Amino acid sequence: MTPKLNRWKRFADWDERPLRLDKFAAEDPANGFSAFSSPADPQPGIGIKDGRVVSLDGVLEHDYDMIDRFIARHHIDPEVAPEAMALESATIARWLVDMNVPREKLVRLAHGMTPAKLAEVVSQLNALEIAFAYSKMRARKTPGNQAHVTNAKDDPLQLAADAATAVAFGFDEIETTMRVSRNAWSNAVACAVGGAVGRWGTLFQCSSEEAEELRIAMAGFTSYAETVSVYGTEKSFTDGDDTPWSKAFLAAAYASRGVKMRCTSGAGSELLMGFHEAKSLLYLEARCLCLQRGMGVQGTQNGGIDGAPLTATIPGGVRELMAENLIAVWLDLECASGNDARSTESEIRVGAKILPYLIAGSDLICSGMGSILKYDNSFNPSLINGEELEDYLVLQRDFEADGGLTPLPESRAIELRERAVEAIAAVFEELDLSSPTEDMKSSVVYASGSDDTRSLMPRDVSFISEAIKERGITVIDVVKALAKRGFREEAENLLNVVKLRLSGDYLQTSAMIREGRIVSAVNDPNDYLGPGSGYRVSEERRLQLNDIRDVLDQKEVLRSEALHEKDEARHIRYRNLGPATNGPANDDVVIGISPAFGLKLYRTTAGHRLSEVLGAMLDAIRARGLKARVVRFRHTADTSFLGLSAARLAGSGIGIGIQAKGTAVIHQRDRQPHNNLELFSNAPITRLEHYRALGANAAAYALGEMPEPIVVPQRGEAMGSRYHARVALIYAIETGLTEAGAAPEEVDVTLTEVKS
Amino acid sequence: MTLTRADYPLAETQPGTVAGKRGKSLPEITLDSVLAGDVTMEDLRITPQALQAQADIARDVGRPTLALNFERGAELVEVPQDFIMQVYELLRPGRAKSKEELLEAAATMRGTYQAERIARFIEEAAETYAARGLFTFRF
Repeated sequence: MTPKLNRWKRFADWDERPLRLDKFAAEDPANGFSAFSSPADPQPGIGIKDGRVVSLDGVLEHDYDMIDRFIARHHIDPEVAPEAMALESATIARWLVDMNVPREKLVRLAHGMTPAKLAEVVSQLNALEIAFAYSKMRARKTPGNQAHVTNAKDDPLQLAADAATAVAFGFDEIETTMRVSRNAWSNAVACAVGGAVGRWGTLFQCSSEEAEELRIAMAGFTSYAETVSVYGTEKSFTDGDDTPWSKAFLAAAYASRGVKMRCTSGAGSELLMGFHEAKSLLYLEARCLCLQRGMGVQGTQNGGIDGAPLTATIPGGVRELMAENLIAVWLDLECASGNDARSTESEIRVGAKILPYLIAGSDLICSGMGSILKYDNSFNPSLINGEELEDYLVLQRDFEADGGLTPLPESRAIELRERAVEAIAAVFEELDLSSPTEDMKSSVVYASGSDDTRSLMPRDVSFISEAIKERGITVIDVVKALAKRGFREEAENLLNVVKLRLSGDYLQTSAMIREGRIVSAVNDPNDYLGPGSGYRVSEERRLQLNDIRDVLDQKEVLRSEALHEKDEARHIRYRNLGPATNGPANDDVVIGISPAFGLKLYRTTAGHRLSEVLGAMLDAIRARGLKARVVRFRHTADTSFLGLSAARLAGSGIGIGIQAKGTAVIHQRDRQPHNNLELFSNAPITRLEHYRALGANAAAYALGEMPEPIVVPQRGEAMGSRYHARVALIYAIETGLTEAGAAPEEVDVTLTEVKS
Repeated sequence: MTLTRADYPLAETQPGTVAGKRGKSLPEITLDSVLAGDVTMEDLRITPQALQAQADIARDVGRPTLALNFERGAELVEVPQDFIMQVYELLRPGRAKSKEELLEAAATMRGTYQAERIARFIEEAAETYAARGLFTFRF
């Protein structure tokens, strides 16, 4: 007897799952652990006097902290506020999910709403409603995506190759950062050059120290910035070494240099920094977002960001991340919607996290996705990384949802990587920065990650980077170097990106470049008003999304079968003897084979030769002293009917039915078609010994015995996903050969020994 | 003339009028002119006029705060990078030891660079920092 134990073994199984590496936190508003509401959150309210906001969410003007003060002066529109704040939150919540209420009406109202009011409204929506409202409220119609391009060695050759690859996958923005901060200039040049391979228009940022980042932008290497962080409490803000005014000043400085910019904020940052004031995550984030609209930035990187993993430990945390993104787009900000810092070890939680964004669309669904391997991500692993990027491509295909990416053929990827590595090496040589060897270059082209490369190391890179900075090398020098060394197309592409800053068109909300043209919330506004409106995947785009690799079709199945045809002809001969008759005595078992068995199809889905399978069953039947006959049926291809028809022809009343793909059944003359004696339905895992045992059991039934049924053990493989596409194509070949009323044919089978 | 959304994108609707600081227009900035040495970084810098145009467009599509940021940006175009970084630094917590330091920066913005909006913005910060005790000494 099993002794009394202290646990159910299932819990021990669960302990081993990646999910249990995630830690979960209890709801505890007093300590800042609450997603949507906390007793410390204020009630929404506003006081307006002579066009001036004299109280905000219960705080009187003379008690305003810096954030209240900034929001009151720069965000709240006193003309709209009385109307917006007087509306019931439930009414506004319903409007958010009402396809007949246009986006513009809701955006105008948001100009007059306080943080507590915005939070109160979106709190009333469930996760599905938030996703729907997000889809309706986001500013630009066409969705996009952003990639991280970094590596563990700050290797510029790999950065160039990976930037080119990311561009080819269709990312609208790429973002880099360094392991060693003084390598920023090298990273910037490498990604700018790599990002100019293949096409032009991918915006690029080099995340570094604020002043340095602006200098790199001034030299023309980068085209946007997003690391201008804001916080929802005054103490977090000053601990972050900034104020709303210093950050807003920086925003104006970026505009003055023609560089696109967005702020960053997200749930959990105040909690991580220890100054949460016991407020809920959503309320604090609503403050951040009102602040950003007041600053006049075009957009925000929002949705947890570095705080996403912490937020995901809290009940409702993932719904909160969606809710704060909704507030961002409702405030008419471009939204780079997080989905970057990997918030879980569970692949199920990863898939669940990304799905609402994929189907709702977002200005930049990830901010960004790791286009490189996890260990190469200098920001930390992303929700989705180089390892899983193909899963994301398949999700796009599954849901016919445009996640901003396009499948990339392997040969094209290699071509682009070679080109990018040659281009950056040429620039380095031309500018006398470094002379990468052939071995370095080729090791990078084929590398999945920096573990596979023999290339520049962080220290080498520091010399390159400092030289770029000290010599005042600009994008013009790089453009010239590219052109001089024969990379004219890349030189043009890079110049085009720098020229964007002259008109400033890409400074407008949600701007990206598609096919050489600006697409933003100004000329591509989200006009969703129900089915048929808003963003729709065009037929052309749908075909792009569908075009993942290794897709089966009937031609492919027949081609692979044809490979086996000759081989099988050396092992077996089928000779048609004419119409089959009933067995005269009770000492025979009939094996009924399907129409295409051995004629068009030659292997089971497990890969066994049909000659071996048939041979194993015949041997086993004969070993019991019985006769075994083979009959081909052409009136049906169904296993049950094959088996039953075979049984009816057998003198013993016992028959085996088998399809070419290997599905087999033992049947008995007087039974209902689908009430068989034994069934092998999992052909892909059925081995020869199982077919031999099946033959033996059929013989046993024929002799009146009651054998132990054969069980083909399965370990929970997703048989359907692995085999059903192929099975359906194969089965169509079988059914295509059936003919109503076709008589059974007696087949003489000769197995030939082949010396290998 | 005030621009509207119909003028957007400027690089497509009026490329000839989009020019850099030295007056070189978009169609004149080509790879060949770069290779000929005719293009400098100054030719690749946005002008106050272009930022004002984008401000007009932003206002026309209902984004008044974005428009104001573009207008503040327009005022900073001619301000040297070093002074911009100096003022940014001064606006960070605890950098300025008194309201006067910020007011002085505001005065320079107004006097030397005619950056009126920026000046008022810095003055507003000075007033706020005083009210919130941000001029305290930080170790």
